[in-house]
Amino acid sequence: MKRTVWFGVSLVVIFLIAGLLLPKWLLFLCTMAAANGVVSLGIVLLMRGGVVSFGQGLVFAAGGYAAALLSNKLGVTDALLLTAAGGAAAVLMTAPFAVLLARYRGIFFAMLTLALSMVLYGVLVKMDALGGSDGFTMSRPTLLGMKIADAWSGYVLYSIAVVATGLLSIGARIYFDSSRGLVSLAIRENELRVEYLGASVTRVMAANFLLAAFLGGAGGALAIMALGHIEPNFSYWTTSGEFVFVAILAGHTGVLGAFAASFVLELVRSFSSSYFPNTWQMALGIFLLIVIRFFPRGLGSLIKK
Amino acid sequence: MKRIEALLIGGLFAAGSACAQETFKLGVVSFLSGSAAESFGVPAVNGAKAVIEAFNKGQAPAPYNKVGFGGVRIEPVYVDENGGATKQVQELRNLYDRDKVDAVVGYVGSGDCLAVAPVAEEMKKFLILYDCGTPRIFEDGKYSYVFRTASHAVMDNVALARYLKARSIKAGSINYINQDYAWGHDSRNDFKAAAAQLFPGSKAQTDLLPKFGAGQYGTEISALLAQPADLTHTSLWGGDLQAFVLQAGPRDLFKRTQVVISAGDHVLPGLGDKMPDGVILGARGAYGLMSPKSALNDWWWKLYEDANKVYPVQAPYRMVQSLLGLKLAVEKAMVANGGKKPSPEQLAAALKGSEWESPAGRIRMNLADGHQATQDTAIGRTKYDAAKKMVTLVDIQRFPADCVNPPPGVKGEDWIKGGFAGAKCP
Repeated sequence: MKRTVWFGVSLVVIFLIAGLLLPKWLLFLCTMAAANGVVSLGIVLLMRGGVVSFGQGLVFAAGGYAAALLSNKLGVTDALLLTAAGGAAAVLMTAPFAVLLARYRGIFFAMLTLALSMVLYGVLVKMDALGGSDGFTMSRPTLLGMKIADAWSGYVLYSIAVVATGLLSIGARIYFDSSRGLVSLAIRENELRVEYLGASVTRVMAANFLLAAFLGGAGGALAIMALGHIEPNFSYWTTSGEFVFVAILAGHTGVLGAFAASFVLELVRSFSSSYFPNTWQMALGIFLLIVIRFFPRGLGSLIKK
Repeated sequence: MKRIEALLIGGLFAAGSACAQETFKLGVVSFLSGSAAESFGVPAVNGAKAVIEAFNKGQAPAPYNKVGFGGVRIEPVYVDENGGATKQVQELRNLYDRDKVDAVVGYVGSGDCLAVAPVAEEMKKFLILYDCGTPRIFEDGKYSYVFRTASHAVMDNVALARYLKARSIKAGSINYINQDYAWGHDSRNDFKAAAAQLFPGSKAQTDLLPKFGAGQYGTEISALLAQPADLTHTSLWGGDLQAFVLQAGPRDLFKRTQVVISAGDHVLPGLGDKMPDGVILGARGAYGLMSPKSALNDWWWKLYEDANKVYPVQAPYRMVQSLLGLKLAVEKAMVANGGKKPSPEQLAAALKGSEWESPAGRIRMNLADGHQATQDTAIGRTKYDAAKKMVTLVDIQRFPADCVNPPPGVKGEDWIKGGFAGAKCP
């Protein structure tokens, strides 16, 4: 555990220093990759227990809308506070469903989470007070009571994302290695045996779902702070699908894989869209096919080696 | 040896900076894929390509006859608007930071416009929104670097209602069918409010909000036929509008109610004789078949038609009017900057509050402190011309900008509900 913390902290420091050297556009891309990566990390966490959520857009949107509303309506502007609040809001929102969903597996779990996220999407589109399908904008957050200067906003938001996702990743790694986290892996292998050994499968799965919700909500809050604009598409199934894709790309073994996969996806999307404006979706699709063909166990398997 | 090297390097740098001076990099963002590509994005980009080529050859009529922008060649960078607002924010940052564009013209989707406007403002870069409809952009926000060179969506439904009033078309009862997203909601609300003012006794009946991109309207058409109203208002567009017309036509909806479409001219070339006669429609401006006669319009019409084998409709008109305005603004700012490429601040100062002639009439940047344009518009009625094998528009009526746009400082919604105070109609 000590090793994990040291490793995590040193990685965060390395990324913070590296950020000073990156051009602005790459800095923003990395911020978004970190924010999206942490949502996919939530799916990785669920995957360790053998289920995949196709509705992480639900918690992503819940966290994003909570952060944006707190900032716009209640004047809470501290970036770290908003990140935590985004995570908490997502947990609160999904808590009533956690126990119910914990009993489902496979396609049923995936479809139920997808349905929930689309319900939220439908509600948000109808809510004219929240801008309907056009969404609304949020002004730039503050950090520890200080305003973020224009010239440094990109780097500061990047740093916030790196530190927040770094802390969450360290937490996730510790959880993965804890006895409770390892029970998830056992559930994936044989649920019945875990029950006979005296552990409550439902409880572990419900806890996993809520932890994933916290990660997703925090990711949503980080994303909206960088983007400055939120809309119901945050909860749309294509958004959720992207998170699942990143999680599959990452594989369920490691934590870093989620961020590496998220970064690679953003990078490929950005360049294919600038070099092939008419066929960028095809370029992206071909890339994804190649990855699936040559790295069936995800990019995480590369890091492990 | 060292001196030669230094000379070489110096020469390279000089050449590099000379190259950078030589072009004006212009980001053009519109839908190249997705549901809005066929109706809006691709025609607009085709229009941009034709006009930019003409600019670079110096072939546009005066006062747009300087090569490129004030002698500087235009180098366009095209970007797809599809993929959601999140992607657009990222792409816009890339355009400014990575591609180093001098200005960006783009965005059809209102959600995209709302998302990218604060980004350009934060980065202090020049941005023109050329098409999107929502009045919220400048009503809720204040910008120094962001402009919209076309009227917002309030004009469309106000003009439609005024047309009905002017022609004494019966509007005792009104049915609505609009898409279930911001554009559909806003269009319906604007028309409802305008009808309440102009047709005080009128009553809203069936109010349908099918899903965006639904494509199947069997149930909705049955509902509209079950209780036919004098008028049926719709703001459907693109593939949805085509599907609706094709499915409602054989069921005689158009014979049992007067259908009015707030933005429909872009489907006329595609639908041909499938478009029933007598449908009243607008084009979000005096565009396409409703465009005014002028030398500039003739030049533009021929330029577009030669390049694309189809006449220009709403989207390319909106694109060309923004590029013409940008051209004059760049040239004005260059004069102020001693002939050099202007900074975003100088560009903004030049475009703010300016006026210029476009193929669709005069564009005036007179709302939102000189950042939001108003323009004339027109409404017409469809009539299929069997000899020409195309839908034509008859009974065209023009509305001056002051008649159908709110005055400065008044929100569109409040202006309609307050009885169009300050409107100057002939």
